[in-house]
Amino acid sequence: MSDILLKTEHLTMQFGGVVAVDDLNIEIPKGKIIALIGPNGAGKTTAFNVITGGYQATNGAVHFDGQIIGENTPNKKMRKIYGGTDQTVFHRRVVNTPDKITRLGMARTFQNIRLFKDLTVFENVLIAKHCHIKAGMLRSTFRLNHLEEHTMRQDSDALLDTVGLGAYRDAKASSLPYGKQRRLEIARALATHPKLLLLDEPAAGMNPKETDELALFIQSIKDSFELTIFLIEHHMNLVMDISDKIYVLDYGKTIAVGTPKEVQNNPAVIRAYLGVDEE
Amino acid sequence: MRIKRNTILTLAVAVVLVGLLYWLSFNQAKNGMLVSILQKSAIFALVAVSMNLLNGFTGLFSLGQAGFMSIGAYTTAILLIPVKNLDGVYYMNGVSPFIRAVKVYLATLPDWFQAIYPFIALLLGALLAAIVAALVGIAVLRLKSDYLAIATLGMSEIIRAICSSPQMDKITNGSYGLNKIPNFPPLLGGLIPAMLTPFIVVAICITFIMLLIRSSYGRAFKAIREDEIAAEAMGISLVKHKAMSFVISSFFAALAGGLLAMYMRSIEAKTFSISLTYDILLIVVIGGIGSVSGSVLSAFLVTASKEWWLRFFDQPLNILGWQVPLFRTGFRMIIFSVLLMVVVLVYRRGLMGSNEFSWDRLLGRFKRKKLSEGGVK
Ligand SMILES: Nc1ncnc2c1ncn2[C@@H]1O[C@H](COP(=O)(O)OP(=O)(O)OP(=O)(O)O)[C@@H](O)[C@H]1O
Ligand SMILES: [Mg+2]
Repeated sequence: MSDILLKTEHLTMQFGGVVAVDDLNIEIPKGKIIALIGPNGAGKTTAFNVITGGYQATNGAVHFDGQIIGENTPNKKMRKIYGGTDQTVFHRRVVNTPDKITRLGMARTFQNIRLFKDLTVFENVLIAKHCHIKAGMLRSTFRLNHLEEHTMRQDSDALLDTVGLGAYRDAKASSLPYGKQRRLEIARALATHPKLLLLDEPAAGMNPKETDELALFIQSIKDSFELTIFLIEHHMNLVMDISDKIYVLDYGKTIAVGTPKEVQNNPAVIRAYLGVDEE
Repeated sequence: MRIKRNTILTLAVAVVLVGLLYWLSFNQAKNGMLVSILQKSAIFALVAVSMNLLNGFTGLFSLGQAGFMSIGAYTTAILLIPVKNLDGVYYMNGVSPFIRAVKVYLATLPDWFQAIYPFIALLLGALLAAIVAALVGIAVLRLKSDYLAIATLGMSEIIRAICSSPQMDKITNGSYGLNKIPNFPPLLGGLIPAMLTPFIVVAICITFIMLLIRSSYGRAFKAIREDEIAAEAMGISLVKHKAMSFVISSFFAALAGGLLAMYMRSIEAKTFSISLTYDILLIVVIGGIGSVSGSVLSAFLVTASKEWWLRFFDQPLNILGWQVPLFRTGFRMIIFSVLLMVVVLVYRRGLMGSNEFSWDRLLGRFKRKKLSEGGVK
């Protein structure tokens, strides 16, 4: 077993004529915090969606925890209009639905918070525990799995306490303040027992104080849940503080890779960001 | 304290209801209409709850309920029509020799089998519908909301067309329909009178659905209703859980269809037309999408007002020799529609919204009223 948890090979995602992610090659070692940054529309969220199975890649492969979870090569119409840089031919087609990938140990949060709004905070977390349920539908209906159910509930409560949402247990998810909703989304992802946690702009809309708290929070859950973290973020302070390695995307292409220091001083990165600032 | 009070209240109400039903079963002759309306309401309550499981709890807007009811109704009817009546029922085209042979054989089985046979028939109808639902589900459950509604509506019509097609003459009696269907059977060797059977069956089925909704699988259904993408990202297989909900919903719709066949004693394909699905949808919407108790309550209210309380408007009315206009057959449906609109306008999300019945809520409502009457401002 290598210590690389997630690896993408020539990952390319093309929508019609738009190549949203072009030849993305990332390696995420176990136990690290890796960041993906880039200007708006760079293709970061799309990269997440391809990795987690939401979209099927146009070209390339995704390796997770020692197995291939996605692989594709342009076929039929796409072969003609294919606009990716990389031309490596992949021979297999491996497709996994997002739920399967989650059960393999990869959980995510969303840029636009996607909680189960009308359900309580507790239910939000409890539902995420369902993916590893052992009992079938009938056993579960007749409460023959009450031990399992009890454990699920206990674990959910414990998790809520760990992330500091215990006090909001019975509140409707949509009634939480914004920052707590983000935290609940992370808690919900943790409830699926991930090895790798993907965070899409977890600090979006937070003030500097909340952002600092979030940085501590991310580091603390990383240690206590033995996680590897892959995050998209615009708050440079946060990214520079906690990341071990940073990938920079612009127009789908990887324009820089390196430690926070290296990336900060990379002329291509500065240009990409300044280009955005000028607008 | 509170929990105890609620349990006592629930038990008390249950005892009163059971007592009332028993009383009715002994005084059936005088209360024929009431009994009949209650039975019909109970059957519709089950279909409504089954539809709510799909539409209200899983967020799948499906309109196939009538189709699955017809599968249950036809299967139950074919299995239950007594051998001696076969020739009378299938007088036009005759009955398939296979069906006759099976029924002749089954009729020779001992009494204990005859006692449970009607329930086996109900179950077989429901299972057949579940199988059809599983097959259809693979194809249609990928569709999004309105497309799913159209596809399931179409499927329901196809099932109806098949039932009434000449090719099925020897099985479903084509467009002539089936009659001489035996009424409800008694339960537990006559310990529970036949009149109460539909209530018991419906209660068991609804309890099952409630337990399912409260189980981990039910929570997964709700997650899909709230946000498919998030549910999938939480490891919930959409294909598996949608199919599960669809199959279970169809199972119970068909079971209710079987009960309806026993209730009506005669069925034809027309019985299960689109308008039946609309009637059920109406009950679900009035009761509250996502509320089991709402569906049950609304099934009784809607059925009773349609068939009973509003009957008054269908009779010609004379006030001091003046014949009030409009009071004639069909007028009650107009009143019914107006009432409907009012209810929908006042209760946007149905009588119960997506809440379940609870004593705390009900008593809380009274308390609030008292306070406001007391004038503490
Ligand atoms: N489903 C889709 N169909 C067509 N184009 C898409 C789709 N999803 C994303 N895109 C396009 O891909 C590009 C990258 O979008 P993406 O959302 O990945 O950017 P991002 O880096 O996450 O930006 P932001 O910082 O604003 O979140 C955009 O040009 C977008 O319009
Ligand atoms: Mg994004």
